[in-house]
Amino acid sequence: MQTELVFSGFGGQGVLFGGMVLAYAGMDNGKNVTWIPSYGPEMRGGTAHVTVVISDEEIGSPLTRRPQVAVVFNIPSMTKYEDTVTPGGLLIYNSSLINHSPKRADIRYLAVPANDIAGKLGNARMANMVVLGALIAATGLLPLEAVCQALRNHLPAAKQKFVQSNIVALQRGADLVKNLQAA
Amino acid sequence: MAKELLKGNVAIAEAAVRAGLQAYFGYPITPQTELLEHMSARMPELGRTFLQAESEVAAINMVYGAASTGVRVMTSSSGPGISLMQEGLSYIAGSEVPAVIVDIMRGGPGLGNIQPAQSDYNQITKSAGHGDFRPIVLAPGTVQEAIDHTVLAFDLADKYRTLVFVAGDGMIGQIMEPAELPPMRQPAQTRPAWALTGADNRPKNVVSSLYLGAEKLEALNKRLQAKLQQIKENEVRFEAINTADADIVIVAFGTAGRIAKTAVTEARRQGLRVGLFRPVTLFPFPSSQLEKLAARTKAMLVVEMNAGQMVDDVKLAVNGKTPVQFYGRTGGAVALPDEILDQIILLDKRYPAKKATPNGQGVVISVA
Repeated sequence: MQTELVFSGFGGQGVLFGGMVLAYAGMDNGKNVTWIPSYGPEMRGGTAHVTVVISDEEIGSPLTRRPQVAVVFNIPSMTKYEDTVTPGGLLIYNSSLINHSPKRADIRYLAVPANDIAGKLGNARMANMVVLGALIAATGLLPLEAVCQALRNHLPAAKQKFVQSNIVALQRGADLVKNLQAA
Repeated sequence: MAKELLKGNVAIAEAAVRAGLQAYFGYPITPQTELLEHMSARMPELGRTFLQAESEVAAINMVYGAASTGVRVMTSSSGPGISLMQEGLSYIAGSEVPAVIVDIMRGGPGLGNIQPAQSDYNQITKSAGHGDFRPIVLAPGTVQEAIDHTVLAFDLADKYRTLVFVAGDGMIGQIMEPAELPPMRQPAQTRPAWALTGADNRPKNVVSSLYLGAEKLEALNKRLQAKLQQIKENEVRFEAINTADADIVIVAFGTAGRIAKTAVTEARRQGLRVGLFRPVTLFPFPSSQLEKLAARTKAMLVVEMNAGQMVDDVKLAVNGKTPVQFYGRTGGAVALPDEILDQIILLDKRYPAKKATPNGQGVVISVA
């Protein structure tokens, strides 16, 4: 099985890092993974996106035209990626910043008020982890614990103090989806 | 050693360090800058030489100087910087000192852009500088291969006293994927006999590319050509996937090669007999292997991230035995698997299948 995901948002929203944590978790769970960012003259406030592929097989192309999952953090990213999601796929959007009426009937949408949830946890910069938690719960791509463990395994020593708060953010995102599914 | 999630540029740098690199000289340019950045931290930490030169011209001449002393030395750049280095590359080749050059190609010509491209194929494989010389050129498709090729590059450079290029592109430089680094090899404690080490108690060594007499310069050229012949005989590397029964063979290197793998998988799923031939050494080019394949394929499709450069070598190799079609994207655009698949389907319809003749001595075109 292979899953292709795109994460997109403003530079500074932790888009690339969110994708990287997922890639680490995939690798630690024995999957093949690739992580390829848009790179170039980009800066805080500019657009940033990354393509992550997680696969049981050897990964050929690390790029895709039609991702199964798009995770968008701002309106320009929604505009760019809504049409690209493969039919039957999933579009997760940051509903704190995107007021959106879904225009496609052939994909699933998941609204995550990521900035609001992260803000209530005390740090809006954890919006990326809230979304990642929601992504894991909505797709079952990997166990949530695998993502938590990836943070413990790979955050550099100087950042380890943020592990616990990030895990809480992941958990909140996952809970949101579970509550939606239960409702 | 366990696999780590490594960025291509960083992986190449660390692999070079572990291959016993003693000196690095370079100048920053996207999309290879993380390579230089990693070197700037690691080399001083190990008591080795890192120097950010004032220009690529200076950097390559520092490489030349260090290489003349018999230490393992490298530089890295991208197209515009490699163009500036060409004079020095030719001097290094003419002086027969070993050096490793990493080119992380970007869109051109000119300043172009910083997106991935393969448009320096001709420059690296055929005209890396003035005069008759050809570097060995390795073209990694994954981060693991980039690591392995970097280590191999140093061994080949020493073995043949030649220039070796590791030719990647912006994608291989920027991608992260799991890969395993080699164990740390300490730099060699001894220097080769030809190296400039101070001529105390021995006759002096001379490292130069200046041969004023035609006889002497022709002798150098003959030696270089003999070396190239040896390299052609011993160092050809390639990957062939699903080519045994293939009607159509895609030929692609590096990033285009790995992307083509996905197209081949999808084509097979649709019942098309498609294979992939991926040259791993761009020089020496796997010509005879391609020629053999050509005899039993109905067409070849060359895919590159340029306007058509390696395709000339493929045509020379197959020598008219099979039609060769080209598909490329330029300017930093990357062909995706669905585009390649479309080309495969077109080719499949255009050309009838080849059938082996009854005595198996050749092929005929079946007329449907």
